[in-house]
Amino acid sequence: MRHVFSVRVGPVGFRVGSDWRAPIAQLETLYAGYPKPEVPDFSVRLFAARPWRRFLRPSVMIGGDFVLPEAAPLPLAQGLLAAEMGMNLQMALGQRRYLLLHASAVERDGRVLLMTGHSGSGKSTLAALLSRRGWRLMGDEFALIDPETGLAHAFPRLVSLKNAAIAVVQAAASNARFGPLLAETPKGAIRHLVPDADAVAAMDRPATPALLLFPSYGHAAAVREVPESEVFVRLTQASTNYVALGERGFSALTGLVKAIPARAIDYPDTESAVAQVDALWGGL
Amino acid sequence: MPDTIYRAAAPDTVRTAELDAFTAIYHRASGITHLVTSPAPEILAMLGGGGLTRAALLARLAADFDLPDGDEGALAARLDELVAAGLVSAS
Repeated sequence: MRHVFSVRVGPVGFRVGSDWRAPIAQLETLYAGYPKPEVPDFSVRLFAARPWRRFLRPSVMIGGDFVLPEAAPLPLAQGLLAAEMGMNLQMALGQRRYLLLHASAVERDGRVLLMTGHSGSGKSTLAALLSRRGWRLMGDEFALIDPETGLAHAFPRLVSLKNAAIAVVQAAASNARFGPLLAETPKGAIRHLVPDADAVAAMDRPATPALLLFPSYGHAAAVREVPESEVFVRLTQASTNYVALGERGFSALTGLVKAIPARAIDYPDTESAVAQVDALWGGL
Repeated sequence: MPDTIYRAAAPDTVRTAELDAFTAIYHRASGITHLVTSPAPEILAMLGGGGLTRAALLARLAADFDLPDGDEGALAARLDELVAAGLVSAS
């Protein structure tokens, strides 16, 4: 392909090829502090739906080792989003080394707080805010659980902030680096937050899971203990590769469920959520 | 014709984990995880590798769990589900 970018995020190497320069230039800027992979694990291709669409109302198709056939093309202005979606897709469909949980992860004192939930639950926002308050950001999208050790490995890609979360995190992290505002994407407005240098520098250091939260935004503050069986079911649903990993996935997931407490937290605003996290963490 | 003997899957063909009131069972041959609750774990334990006829199993379950009359149909249905899942063999 005409333009190529490669990056290593945690233990995973990516190679992104593109028909256009612009998305590659944005990736180079935003991932400037990241190392290059020795050998990429996954390839992503951003290509024109038709040859003339490289110039005329350019639209970006996402390709790679693993593809979703029904994925719709994105306008070139959202090429960065296409690249990030492509990288996520390779992980979701192709990752076999680790049990993948659709969860954000932050670390403090060698122990990891995992937060999982549906889109809009606030797991990315909370991880971004906690990373400004002394926690190490390990990732906002995927937590990687090693079936052999039970340790969580970091995957600190760009933090994907959506809609109202953009202003909340910008207010709390005025000195942080952000990507361009991507308006009117299929997921609404999106802006990427660049993880701080400490998170990138420490991304090869795994840590022990200590607490699992299921945040839910838009309700009066409440905390509920979640029984092991419910945690297990919810995490099988939150994992993109539980079935593919077979018995290793079963060992990793049951081991995690038995090892750490889990709480569902409802919160009306992010300040409440951060206070709930502090209280639960302090009580461990 | 002798009665059918029901046997639990051999221990090395499954992995289990207790999760509060549930038991997660990973079935190696199919790669499927089953989340079961009482009386399925008790049925598997009673059948073991030696096996029991359906009548003997139901009699022992009724004795051990002090089941009221009329639950035999439900227990038989659970047994059939375990057979369908591959966690119990019938021969």
